[in-house]
Amino acid sequence: MAEHETYFATTKQMRRYKANHILHNVLVYGFLTIVGIFIVIPFLYMIIASFRNPEAFDMEDAMHQFVLFPQWWNDTLAEPNYTVDNFVTVFTYQSTNGSTINFGLYYANTIFVSVVSTIFTIATSVLAAFAFARCEFKGKNLLFTILLATMMIPGEMMVITNYQTVKSIGWENTYSALIFVHGVSVFYIFYLRQTFQQIPNELFLAAKVDGYGHFKYLWRVMIPIASPTIVTIAILSLMGSWNAYVWPNLVANGYYKNGWMFGMKEGWSMWLVSNGLMNLFTNSDTGLDHQTVRIAGSVIVTAPLFVFFLIFRKFIMRGVSRSGIKG
Amino acid sequence: MSGLHSTVKVSFKENIRYAFAKPLPSQKYQHTEEILKQTLSVRKASRIHVGETAKAWIALIPALIFLILFMIYPIINSFLMSFLEGFTFVNGSGSSFVLTNFFAALENSRVPDPIFGLGSYAYILQDRLFLQSLGNTALIVIFSVPLTIIIGLLIAVALYSIKPLQGFFQTVFFLPYVTNTIALGMVFQTIFSSGGLFNAVFGLDTFHWLDVQANRWAMFFVIIVYAIWNGLAFKILVFMSGLASIDKQYYDAARIDGAKRSTILRRITIPLLSPQVLYITITSFIGAFKSYTEVISLFGGGATAFGGTNNQEWMTVVGYIYSTMDVNPDRAAAGSMVLLIIILLITIVQMVVSKKRVHY
Repeated sequence: MAEHETYFATTKQMRRYKANHILHNVLVYGFLTIVGIFIVIPFLYMIIASFRNPEAFDMEDAMHQFVLFPQWWNDTLAEPNYTVDNFVTVFTYQSTNGSTINFGLYYANTIFVSVVSTIFTIATSVLAAFAFARCEFKGKNLLFTILLATMMIPGEMMVITNYQTVKSIGWENTYSALIFVHGVSVFYIFYLRQTFQQIPNELFLAAKVDGYGHFKYLWRVMIPIASPTIVTIAILSLMGSWNAYVWPNLVANGYYKNGWMFGMKEGWSMWLVSNGLMNLFTNSDTGLDHQTVRIAGSVIVTAPLFVFFLIFRKFIMRGVSRSGIKG
Repeated sequence: MSGLHSTVKVSFKENIRYAFAKPLPSQKYQHTEEILKQTLSVRKASRIHVGETAKAWIALIPALIFLILFMIYPIINSFLMSFLEGFTFVNGSGSSFVLTNFFAALENSRVPDPIFGLGSYAYILQDRLFLQSLGNTALIVIFSVPLTIIIGLLIAVALYSIKPLQGFFQTVFFLPYVTNTIALGMVFQTIFSSGGLFNAVFGLDTFHWLDVQANRWAMFFVIIVYAIWNGLAFKILVFMSGLASIDKQYYDAARIDGAKRSTILRRITIPLLSPQVLYITITSFIGAFKSYTEVISLFGGGATAFGGTNNQEWMTVVGYIYSTMDVNPDRAAAGSMVLLIIILLITIVQMVVSKKRVHY
């Protein structure tokens, strides 16, 4: 306050400034709160609805569906039933025609695919980015320009042909189709190359004096220096695999054919979590018709991402603002 | 003396050069330089040059194999396919690798004979469904992109101007980014069901938003709301990082001159943020032209449900490509070429406009 007094000639001026300041704050915080509510409501609704009793939920009015404890609000309202049945249904549901909804299996598939494809992506991208950033060879710039140009081309164009390629080489309903086909990303190569190029040349010369070859230098010097970028890429790649829907829906919509991996037997569904979730909504089996069961499915697909986000918040936000892609 | 020294300005670049390229002529440095020269020249003379090229290719090969097989070849193949009307894949038989299939088709050895030319383009450009998807997608783009950018910009500026709770709000606004698009689309579907939360809050009894009885524009409203909800996070983040990079001196100068907040926003913040605005505009135009998952997740009927009685009401261009791809790959390929041309046009137009408007 004393600070302000030095700035203003009259108290009237000061008061006006203060009033303006308060008004500005009220407007800004009000605006942010309104948008915040708009952002948060779907999440709140999702969590509340997933714990509600399915039969009761269908008959309740919508306000009742949303308010956590409506009886506190108005004591004539009935107490809502909270239950974990929806989650039990999602994990153990068995329909009359024998088909099962098995989110445990979808989880296993998704975790396996996302971890292996992330490792694959990082290994190939680091090597390629290293070649572009550190080595001199004929046609380097031409090759790099061609790769950059492909980033403009919509992925759908590749999907049309890849879908048929996967069918003709017998990769339908295999992990290979989910891991390798879209595993190498030009964007990650580009992003890593930029990081690698920022490493001063003198380090390389110094390493050479110490007798390091190209690959030893990559392993011992470049990868440790570029590790924040590599972690960012890993996170983006994991998130991309977790959210994949279109490609798995095309090439892995059935059951695993060969029972060699992890002693798999026939009938091992190849679905990932998003595909399983979509099925909860399209399946006409009566047991799955309840909205609460479907919402519970949405919760269990979203929850791991949330936990992941809370742990790696800084890395994710920094990486996304720098890179700007959604998997 | 020391005062004289401090007035000599040495740029950062020169500093670096002093530090590395031109070592001081001390005994120690000369020695190092000698070794460096020797090592490099000896190796260069013998086999380092060949070795380096070989090493580069060894490092490139894993990525290149997959890029050629699943990216370069598909681009060429789909491009050629779009000019072969009536081209079909022979599904399931191992011998029919796509490219051989293509050559066979060129030799007219398949029934029905594919015709080389612009037939597929002519077909899709007369196909009511394709034109409808094109129109739908354009509508989604025209409404969702400017709204998301303006709201995102306002939020970013507001968020940047506050201190308490800034981190909290930033995290909240980022949440939609880390969620599964399908899962939250399903939640929106429930919120906008006829007995759902939205109708209850706004007293709309049992208005139909998304089901088969729903009006076309009611569905559109929900699609736009979901697109904004889904798209804000990324824009806010990029604008925030842009705001952080603006030099504070401009604001101090403006404040000394007694500029109003609105003037500062119009004359300083937005012009200096124009590179981020351009980047966001291009990426969101392209992203919105490819919208697909957002739409199908709202209708919840699987990969080919786009609302309405025939499940085609809000079909998008990408949706058209995916739903024709199995039976008529030539048409799907032509559709994807149209998408590519649109994306190229948007990018070129925005780059040209930006030449005048963007301040770097």
